[in-house]
Amino acid sequence: MDLNDTPEQAASRAEARAWLEANKGQAPPRAGSNDDPDYVNARRAWQGRLAEAGLTAVTWPTEYGGRGLGPIEQVTVNQEISRAQVPGILDVIGIGMLGPCLIAHGTEDQKSRYLGPMLHGDEVWCQMFSEPGAGSDLAAVQTRARANDDGTWTLSGQKVWTTNAQFAAFGLLLARTDPDVPKHKGLTMFIVPMDLPGVTVRGLRQISGEAEFNEVFFDDVRLDADAVVGGVGNGWGTALTVLMYERLTIGFGSESFGSPKRLAETLAADPQAHADADIRRRLGEVMTELLAVRFNGYRALTVLSRGQIPGPEAGLAKVTMVNAAIAATDLAADVIGPEALDRDNDWSYLISFLPGLKSAGGTEQILRNTIGERVLGLPSEPRLDKGVPFSELRALEKQGAGR
Amino acid sequence: MNFALSDEQILLREAARGSLARFKTIEAARDALEDPSALPDLWPAAIEAGWPGLLIDEERGGAGLGAFDAMLVAEECGRVLAAVPLLGLMPAAAILNAAADESLEAIASGELRPAYLPARPPGADGDGWTGDPRSGFGRAEVARAVVDGDEVTLDGEVAFVPDAPGAGLLVAVAVDDGGRPVAAAVEPSAGGVTVEPVVRYDATRPLAHVSLAGARGRRLDVSVDVLADAWFLAHALIAAESIGAAQTCLDVSVEYAKERYTFGRAIGSYQAIKHELTEVLRRLENSRGLQYYAGWARESAPDEFPLAASAARSAAGGALDFGARSMINVHGGIGATWEHDAPLFFRRAQLSRRLLAGTHDATDRVAERAMSGTAVA
Repeated sequence: MDLNDTPEQAASRAEARAWLEANKGQAPPRAGSNDDPDYVNARRAWQGRLAEAGLTAVTWPTEYGGRGLGPIEQVTVNQEISRAQVPGILDVIGIGMLGPCLIAHGTEDQKSRYLGPMLHGDEVWCQMFSEPGAGSDLAAVQTRARANDDGTWTLSGQKVWTTNAQFAAFGLLLARTDPDVPKHKGLTMFIVPMDLPGVTVRGLRQISGEAEFNEVFFDDVRLDADAVVGGVGNGWGTALTVLMYERLTIGFGSESFGSPKRLAETLAADPQAHADADIRRRLGEVMTELLAVRFNGYRALTVLSRGQIPGPEAGLAKVTMVNAAIAATDLAADVIGPEALDRDNDWSYLISFLPGLKSAGGTEQILRNTIGERVLGLPSEPRLDKGVPFSELRALEKQGAGR
Repeated sequence: MNFALSDEQILLREAARGSLARFKTIEAARDALEDPSALPDLWPAAIEAGWPGLLIDEERGGAGLGAFDAMLVAEECGRVLAAVPLLGLMPAAAILNAAADESLEAIASGELRPAYLPARPPGADGDGWTGDPRSGFGRAEVARAVVDGDEVTLDGEVAFVPDAPGAGLLVAVAVDDGGRPVAAAVEPSAGGVTVEPVVRYDATRPLAHVSLAGARGRRLDVSVDVLADAWFLAHALIAAESIGAAQTCLDVSVEYAKERYTFGRAIGSYQAIKHELTEVLRRLENSRGLQYYAGWARESAPDEFPLAASAARSAAGGALDFGARSMINVHGGIGATWEHDAPLFFRRAQLSRRLLAGTHDATDRVAERAMSGTAVA
């Protein structure tokens, strides 16, 4: 067992480190408001510099501007970006998840039109999958795309939890194109220009008061025939590709959410907390969980470095990370007192942010279902929607509720 | 980045599983609760597999392997509740190996089985070396040592020493009148030595209270770090054993949840059961990650080994307790009966968590290391 780089990884790490050392003076600050257009533009420009230096889209094929390397090499580069204390790319969702989906399912025209500007930050993308009525049960999306006689489509409905929609140029959107077949079958993926008439983006404020997500409304938005990605009726399979890349994008290095160092320092600085057996027990438990996240991360990276994709059990790391981070912030607040909840306190933002994170990227309950079924092999939940046309589901649900 | 088992380690694990499969260890764990002679003697199998010399240098007849390899064997023993005396053996062998002691070849060949008399090293807060008490929450004093050249005279009592009954050599950690730790190898037959076997709750775990009244042994010239390392090695081994036992709890529970039907459905399809078993898996996988950490740290980052072993023990102790209780829950009332295997794993969990200062002490050690700035960037 070792945590060392292979010679190739060491070379790409050294290269990244040298470039970052020479160029970090031109990086924008890591923290800033995405509601500030100047900050967003600075981040886009920085993404362009990272792209030119080959420090992003490392896994994309070379013909689309990537380096054709494995996920482990991207992780190595990300570690160096983090070490240099500069921001990474702005469009993590585009480059990490949506670009790879276009590469897998898009037409040649789509790839040559969209991937370059995405890579360089000239056009930011957003992911429009979840809806108010479709989260854990994503295939229940109701946003409707109707085919017109001339081959164009008319889109109406609503999406939610849309990160970056306020400045995105395009979104990848999952819509229902055929309600008369079972729900996984009647879906199609579209590219939606966000500046089209009928598209409305509205910020969605969360517990902290900040709006980190958006709601997006579609009011008879006209889409061209070539907006379809991966074929009409194949939207579910196309969406699964995105979700697979999502698993790769989140989950590495996430132990920092628990702010272990800051927590330990906060407690060590308070003599009574330092000596309190209950505080120490709670700290020991939180630290143990966060260490487990880190070292299981290394196990997952080993899998990646062998060219394999981590399985659904990687979701357990997210469950551990979020709950340990919640326990960490709770402990800090117990020691600091009401001041921890002050808007300007370092802990306040995390305290407000973490309850929602529990549901992000799959709720804890859905993750436990998936892992129970796909890792432990337990039988699946009985479901009422199998084989039933989507248009008949509502009636069936009402019937079920009345029983 | 290579944080996975090597091919040799996979073979070692498979071989251990194969060796232990020849014995009905779980049945024996139950029978031994009423008749201690029912436990099979697994020492010949351990010798055959080469475990006694696992941590001993090759030039002294050992295999020269690492703590992680020993943990893999301990994990397999835990999986089937096999009473292989690794917890007494491995830390003792590590100390003797560091001292280049004359007994090593006899130990590596299996002729001589040593047992480690545990002593808890001080934390960053400056407390001294302590031992486990016979009962109660407070810490006990460790034995006192008077050094005279190569000879040490020991006085004191060491409670709940794993694998001491029948051991051919006792490796004691005591303190001199300056509070400095001293290690000594003592023959159990030496004058003033009494080994009083005790069995508590889990018959697969031989224990003894060892009294040293002016007992003489040979001094083992090793550094303080080696003595601290032995304590954390014992923690790492308990963690590994617990991981193996928790894995069985999970495997058996999952199989039952697929076969047992209520209201027309397999109970494993209910989220209440599915999520509880997923929680066992989550705790188990966290423990495993920390087991890897401990194995890696002892070889490559010894300064982190106390933290890694403590974290592994804390997580694995909790995982086994949770897993054993889940095993009982998932099986319903039958899981709490004498004939079922679940109570045997429950017994293992409850006793293991209270040995060697207890799981809670390992959790506290993690907190202490974090606050003293030695943990977690």
